[in-house]
Formats: sequence, C-alpha cells, structure tokens
Amino acid sequence: MKLNRRTLLKGAAASAASIAMPQVVMGADNIKVGSIIDTSGIFDLYGKPMDKAVTLAIEEINESGGLLGRQLEKIDYDTQSDMALYTQYAKKLTRSDKVDVVHGGILSASREAIRPTLRKSKTLYFYNVQYEGGVCDRNIFCTGITPAQQAEVLVPETMERWGKKIYTLAADYNYGHITAKWIQHYAKENGGEVVQTDFFPLDVADFGATIAKIQDAAPDMIMSALVGGAHLSFYRQWAAAGMNKKIPMASTTMGVGNEHVVLTREEGDGIMMVYSYSKELDTPENKAFLSKWDARFGNSDDLHELAVATYQGMHLWAEGVRKADSIDREKVIEALESGVSFDAPTGKISLDAKTHHAVTSVHLIEVGDQKMNVVKSFGERQPVDTQGVCDLEANPDDNQQYEISI
Amino acid sequence: MDYAAVVGVEIFYAVAVLVLISAGLAVIFGMMRVINLAHGEFLTLGGYAAIVSHQAGVNIYLAMLVVAPLVVAVFGVLVERLIIRWLYGRLINTMLATWGLSLAMMGAMTMIFGNTTTGIATPIAGFTFGRYQLSGYNLFVILMAIVVAVGLYLALKTTRAGLIARGAMQNAEMTSAFGYSPSRVYLITFAAGSALAGLAGGVMAPLVGLNPASGANYIAKAFITVIAGGASVVSGALASAGLFGVISQTFTLLTTPAVGEIALLVVAIILLRLLPTGITGRFFKGRV
Repeated sequence: MKLNRRTLLKGAAASAASIAMPQVVMGADNIKVGSIIDTSGIFDLYGKPMDKAVTLAIEEINESGGLLGRQLEKIDYDTQSDMALYTQYAKKLTRSDKVDVVHGGILSASREAIRPTLRKSKTLYFYNVQYEGGVCDRNIFCTGITPAQQAEVLVPETMERWGKKIYTLAADYNYGHITAKWIQHYAKENGGEVVQTDFFPLDVADFGATIAKIQDAAPDMIMSALVGGAHLSFYRQWAAAGMNKKIPMASTTMGVGNEHVVLTREEGDGIMMVYSYSKELDTPENKAFLSKWDARFGNSDDLHELAVATYQGMHLWAEGVRKADSIDREKVIEALESGVSFDAPTGKISLDAKTHHAVTSVHLIEVGDQKMNVVKSFGERQPVDTQGVCDLEANPDDNQQYEISI
Repeated sequence: MDYAAVVGVEIFYAVAVLVLISAGLAVIFGMMRVINLAHGEFLTLGGYAAIVSHQAGVNIYLAMLVVAPLVVAVFGVLVERLIIRWLYGRLINTMLATWGLSLAMMGAMTMIFGNTTTGIATPIAGFTFGRYQLSGYNLFVILMAIVVAVGLYLALKTTRAGLIARGAMQNAEMTSAFGYSPSRVYLITFAAGSALAGLAGGVMAPLVGLNPASGANYIAKAFITVIAGGASVVSGALASAGLFGVISQTFTLLTTPAVGEIALLVVAIILLRLLPTGITGRFFKGRV
C-alpha cells in the first residue's frame, strides 16, 4: 500500500481517537460479545446482577489486554422478561451485529427460544443459569448447576444428619417435577424413602392444610423445591406453627432469590441447601471477586448464584478463545472440549466434553443469621443427569433437550 | 382425634382468610355495584403499610390493625373522589378504570419498594396440641374474621349510618329527598371497603412473602367468593367463604394442593350455573 496524505491522516485520526478513548467502544477489530438478558420486568431480580457480571468480566479481560490482542465489545439487549423479544434480539445479534459469541437467557423457555437461531447461524452460545438439565447441542455450553448436582450431595448429607424419612414439597412445573424425581432417586440409593411428594402451583400462598398433612406423616425432614414469592409463604407459615423447631428442612431452591435475607433469623436459621456459590465462601478467589464487584458496583447485596455463574461462563469462554488462539467457533468449541478450567469464585470449574455442561464445585450450606454459611465443600461434581442421556462425542449432531427419566 | 382438631382449625382458617380478603370487595361490590379490580393491590398496599410502619418502629398490632386500614382508607377516599365517582352506574367503565388503577399501583409499588419480596415475622408463637403443632397466628386470623363479620353485620343492621347506607344503595333519589347526600354515603362506603381491604392486607402480611404483584394471588379467590355469595354483603360472603374454604381444604388434605385449587374453581362454576345471582340470590334472601 502506498502511503499518501489521505491514509496518513486517517491513521493519525485513528490513533488520536484511541488515545482519547483508551477503551475503544466501537471498532472494526473488536471481538463482539452478545448478551441477551432480562434486565427489566418480572425477572430483573435475576437479570440485573447477571448483566453486571457480564460487564465486570469484559472489563477484567480488556484490562488484562483483551483476547488475541483484541478488545472485547459488549453488545447487549434487554429482553424485558418477554419471551417473544428473545427470538427477535437473537436474530439481530446474529444477522446485523454479527457477534462472535452470545451469553444469556434466564428461563429455560428463553433458552429454547434462541438456541435454534444461534445453532443455525453458527454462533456459539453460553447459557449460564441453574436449570433442569438435559440440553444436548454441540453449539451450547451450560455452565450452571443441574438438579442432580445438588441432590447428589444434599440428600445423603442431610439424611445422615436428620434421618431417612423425607417429605418433598415442590413447585408444580418442569423444574419441580425433575428435582423431586432426583430427590427420590438419591433417597432410595442411600437407603431412605420419600414418604410423600406434594406439588404446588406457583400462585399457592396458603400452606395450612399441607402443614397439617406433614405432621400426620411425621417425616424426619422436609425437602423443599418451592419457587417464587408466593411459595416463600411456606417458610413463614412453617415457622409460625413452630414446626421449624421440630422437623428440619433442606431446600434446592431457597437462596437463589436471596430468600434467606427476606426471612427473619427465626424463620430461616438451620435450613440446609446445596449451591455452587455462597458469598461466605472463604477462598482467595471469592474474596478477590467480591472486592472487585464491590469496587465496580458499590455493594454486592444483589449478587447471587446466577450472576456468579454468568461471570464464570464469560471467563470459561475467554479461556477457550485463548487456548484455541482463534475466535473461530469450531476451534473454540474444540478447545473448550479439550478441557479448559477456570479458578472461579465457586472453586475450580471446567467443562465436560460429552455434555457441554459444567463440572463444578458445590457446597453444603446452612442458613445462619441470614447468611449462607458453608458447612462442607465438594469439588468437581459431574453433571450426572445430563451425562445419562447426552453424548456429544459419539453423537455430535444431536440437537434436543432430553427429558431425563430416572 | 388430635389430627381432627388440627384439620378443623385449618379449615376454619381457610374460611377465615376468604372472609377477610373478600370483605372489602363485598362491601364495595355488594352495596355500590362497583367492581374494584384493584382490590388485590389494595390488599398489597395494606400489607406494605403494615410492614413499613412496623419496620419504622410501630407496634406490630398497631401496624396491622390501625395503620394498614387507615392508609388504605385514605387512599380509597382519593380513588373514589378522583376516579370512581365519575363512573357510578357504568359497570364496564369502572372495571376498566380500576383495572388501569391496579396496573398503575403495581408499577408504583415496584418503583417504591422494588421488585423484591419482603415480610415480617408473625408476632404469635406456635403451640403444641397433642402430638401436633398449631400456628397461634392462624387462630388470630380466625378471630379477626369473626370480628369483621360480626362488626359489619352489626354496623349495617343496627346503626343509623348502616340504615342510611343501605337506603342510599337501594334508592339514591329517595335518600336525597330525606336530606342525606348520596355522594357522601358512597364516599364513606368506599372508604370503609378500602379500610377492610387494608385490614386484610395487614393481617395477612406476616404469613406471606409480599411483593408488588402479590395481589394477584388473592384477587381471583376474593372475586369468586363475592360473586358466588351474591347480593347480601355479610351472609353472602360467609356462606360462600364457608363452602369454598371447606371444599378446597378437604381436597387439599385428601389429594394434592393442585386438586384443591381445581375443586374450588369447579364448584364455583357449577354454583354460578345453578344460582346465577349467587347463594344469597336464592337463600337467605333480603338478609344483610
């Protein structure tokens, strides 16, 4: 190329611009990260911290020099808790923005709305939320925990402490039913039994009759997979009857929406659960993460499991790009499958090549004084539920969400 | 035997909840023929009033039984003066207006309190009954429902104000000819209905996780209870709350909570098919 006055001027202008704006916002050479999350509407409680997590991860990566010498650029859309908008924005991200990767989706319905679009357009997709398991698609990586990863630890640990007779309460939809099955599975495997399982529609807010029924069944412990604001009433009414002093309780769902802070000490103390993250985790990675979060956003009051999983999903993807030394989708997938890991706030996390799900640490947690205190940690838990139905190594063209039968 | 007593208390409690949450609606609909679709948000507002004032240091009983009804009554006065009074006699228009009000209130409460769940602990401890554990607060809810029903009955039946109110509802012009202002009677009635909604919201606050959309959990049941009850405010609400409470709890105990909810709705549909004007359209006619 001949150097003339025009190109020289262009170059000068560009370098002047990059001096003025050290973090280039728009640029042809940036790696484009698409983010598609509900940051308004009824799911904003989940979505807003997830969006912050994407921002934090991108800024961290850019500060350390970006990926492949290029800066990351965040292109985000607020889906407003409206499933119809997911399809629309996914098309926009792939067709006009031409992003290199998409992170996002909260509900399973939102994931299933955009998964086909991203697969068809060959855009790598990261779904970073705790969900019911079973998705088998080479184009997607699921970095959240699945029911078996929780139940596998929670059921035997609590049975050992409290006894063998379990009474299960679960939300009456896909997630609740699958979780209830896993609870039953692991109870049997460990020599216990589930004496009764009750399912509750999401708007049920009155549990008087159930509390009477539970007393009649006299179980050693309660397993709760109740979901949402109305179901929170159960913990209240349970404590109001004084039952929390008599029958101990464990939960696979409490804590994601920071329920342990909403409940009073008397109502919440002693409830046990299993998650991949708790703010009380005493590891250097978690402390560093929390101080970064605080420094960037002021406080970490709204931080929850899903946001941490999103942060980790971003970094796992970055590790994949580094290892592949390319942004090409196929090369990144191969790099991620070959085993990348990240020393995450939750503990070491890696990806399972067969299922594209996370191999992650989980922690047995007991609520005390409105905090999620870590009792015991379990490293490298495999996504056993999805592994039972999905094998992308043998079957790379598979593309569906399996219903996991146990 | 103990179990029967526990179940009995739970059934009474379910009936009491229905009476409480539908009393305010029954007054406003039964007497004024105004369908207040924002009733659920009135309940939620009462709940927030109780929680916020309790967190600010007000005694919990004062917060639930005085602050909550007062706040919602004042709000009801504003709503009546600004919206409802222009729409009397236009059923569809009031429904549309109050539905809009309900959405606006939900939005406003989300802006003020955030889209999160809050709550306060119940002030009454549970106690042991035989080998069962009972919630003391449930008994308190039952007591409150009885107080509301009896109080409403006496107010309408034995006081002069109740007589004037009933007169204004039956024939506004005649009441006006006697020297009473129907407009004032409507205002006071609407305020009273709002206060009852606030009371219910306050009393229920310690039992639920309250969020700006909580009203939706109650509105359907409150409406079914009032519509199935029919024209008579107190006896209608009592009769249908009794019926629905017993049915839904019995089915919940025998089968699952989902079936309990379905049973309630099925019975309501059959009932309204057989008695389109509600229970008190056929039985207890002319009672208060």
